[in-house]
Amino acid sequence: MRWRYLARKVGWAMVTLVFVLAFNFFLFRIMPGDPAGLLARSQRLTEAEVAEQRALFGLDEPLLHQFGTYLKQTLSGNLGTSYLTGQPVVDTITSRMWPTVLLVGVGTIIAIVLGLMMGIRGAWTRGSRFDRSSLYGSLTLYSTPEGWLGMMLLIIFAGTLKWFPVGGYDSGNGDTGIEHVVDVLNHLVLPAATLALGYGASYMIVMRSSLIEVKDEDFVGTARAKGLTETMIRRKHAVPNAFLPSFTLIVLSFGFVIGGAIVVETIFSYPGIGQLTYQAIDAYDYPVLQGVFLVSSLAVVIANLFADVTYGFLDPRISEV
Amino acid sequence: MTVTATSSQSLPSARKLVWRRRRQAVARNWLLYRHNRQGVVGLGVMVFFVALALVSPLLVSPADIEPATAQGVPNSPPYSGYPLGTDNFGRSVLDLVIVGSRISLLVGITATLVAVLLGATIGVVSGYYGGTRLDTGLNAVTNWFLVIPWLVLAIVLSAILGASVWIIIVVIGVTSWAQPARLIRAQALSVRERPYVERARVLGCSDRTIVARHILPNVAPVIFANAILTVAVAILTETTLSILGLGDATAISWGVVIEQAFSAGAMTNGYWWWLVPPGVAIVCVTLAFTMCGYALDEVLNPKLRR
Repeated sequence: MRWRYLARKVGWAMVTLVFVLAFNFFLFRIMPGDPAGLLARSQRLTEAEVAEQRALFGLDEPLLHQFGTYLKQTLSGNLGTSYLTGQPVVDTITSRMWPTVLLVGVGTIIAIVLGLMMGIRGAWTRGSRFDRSSLYGSLTLYSTPEGWLGMMLLIIFAGTLKWFPVGGYDSGNGDTGIEHVVDVLNHLVLPAATLALGYGASYMIVMRSSLIEVKDEDFVGTARAKGLTETMIRRKHAVPNAFLPSFTLIVLSFGFVIGGAIVVETIFSYPGIGQLTYQAIDAYDYPVLQGVFLVSSLAVVIANLFADVTYGFLDPRISEV
Repeated sequence: MTVTATSSQSLPSARKLVWRRRRQAVARNWLLYRHNRQGVVGLGVMVFFVALALVSPLLVSPADIEPATAQGVPNSPPYSGYPLGTDNFGRSVLDLVIVGSRISLLVGITATLVAVLLGATIGVVSGYYGGTRLDTGLNAVTNWFLVIPWLVLAIVLSAILGASVWIIIVVIGVTSWAQPARLIRAQALSVRERPYVERARVLGCSDRTIVARHILPNVAPVIFANAILTVAVAILTETTLSILGLGDATAISWGVVIEQAFSAGAMTNGYWWWLVPPGVAIVCVTLAFTMCGYALDEVLNPKLRR
């Protein structure tokens, strides 16, 4: 029953989102200092704007009533106004979206490709020099705080060797076309490498251990007894079966990657959602923080839904329950 | 029970027998663990840093790390008496790293206790009552916490609640219990199906007795191995929060040292001696806990052994 499986997963995603909404609302109501007071303290907003926000979000109404207003506003795409800039939160976030998508996307793809390839090779030649050195290398990278790794790369490759720029999205020198693309990529190398090194290491560890478990299964022995070459056994029999657990873990770790992007963007002054979050923390800009949490939860929930659905098609045993 | 009472007097009591078997199991596992080189190295490093944290008050006097009373030349690379150089207040970076071990380990271990206590309670209850409505509910909560971007949640939570060591501990604990809970639930579900649990139930044991006497002892190894790994994650999370300026500036942890170096422009000015040591300390401790956790996992999970 594929359709029932799909419906169940979509339903679960919706429920998750509803709870994210509720959580997001009450989280920002337990903070010290009520939102109305904080709103009034904001210097960028005129008194009329503050009054308008209060009325729009019903900040003088009882809590439950506020929750209703909040839901209505959020679902119609209004996430409030930034205390810091006076701009709508939705606009602030969407204008910062692209650099983060680029950074997290490139970083994750490199991490997956490198991590999985090294994990497969390590597991297949378990105990070899390659396996040992890549495993210890990965364990060390896994134990390295993302932000500090970024600082080290920055000091070495931007400060001392001057191979790459110290930060930002581009040089802002008005280049267009291919020159601009090269410029953007040049700025992307160090932050994307920071993300890719950290997450590639954990994907390598996961892929390696799941392939090691599969390697001793009977069906691999059968394939070998049939006289298949090692490459065939690995590609057609072992890896596809070991891939599924890594796949789930990769998607689950997506929530961590988004958090990691906050630190990396802060270190490299990369003008994405992460840097926006850092600035919002600094300025107690709660509407922006709330918006960032909502948007990143949305991204993670969608990624998970996608993974679940793909998983269901990749492994029919799951969707037939 | 009655069987022991009526049989020969020379047999030890059931309780003694249980403890003897447990001691034997620990000894057997230790033998296996001892042959795991990375596990032994990890354990050594772990013990070293815990000992360092415990004796740090004897090594560094409070005046040395007080910005007002520090004696060194500010922002200086290593020189005599200051083997790792100084920060912008003239404090010895070595002293900062030694003192930082206290808060970093305190946060890592205490946050893990919170996470594992939460995770174990929810996991064991959920697993023991597997299939009931209670399990469905708890499992939904666990899955929800697994799915949401927990690092972002931790950042938002500590931004709202303010910076203090105890708040950071609670925030890390509350955002990292779901993974242990899921593992422990799976283990509890499988233990529950074993014949001796059924026999205990037939003999009329209460749920509480079954959980305490039969489920928990069998889930404990999983909890333990997982807790060690969680400490590593908690230390890294504390570092991340500190680097973002969400740490407790009055309680020097390694993350706080890195953040202070970062904000004081250590990167643009090339003060590498201020940035490198606290990071290396974090990598060493996290790696030690990770290697211990994996080694324990290997000892306790025969399928990984080779």
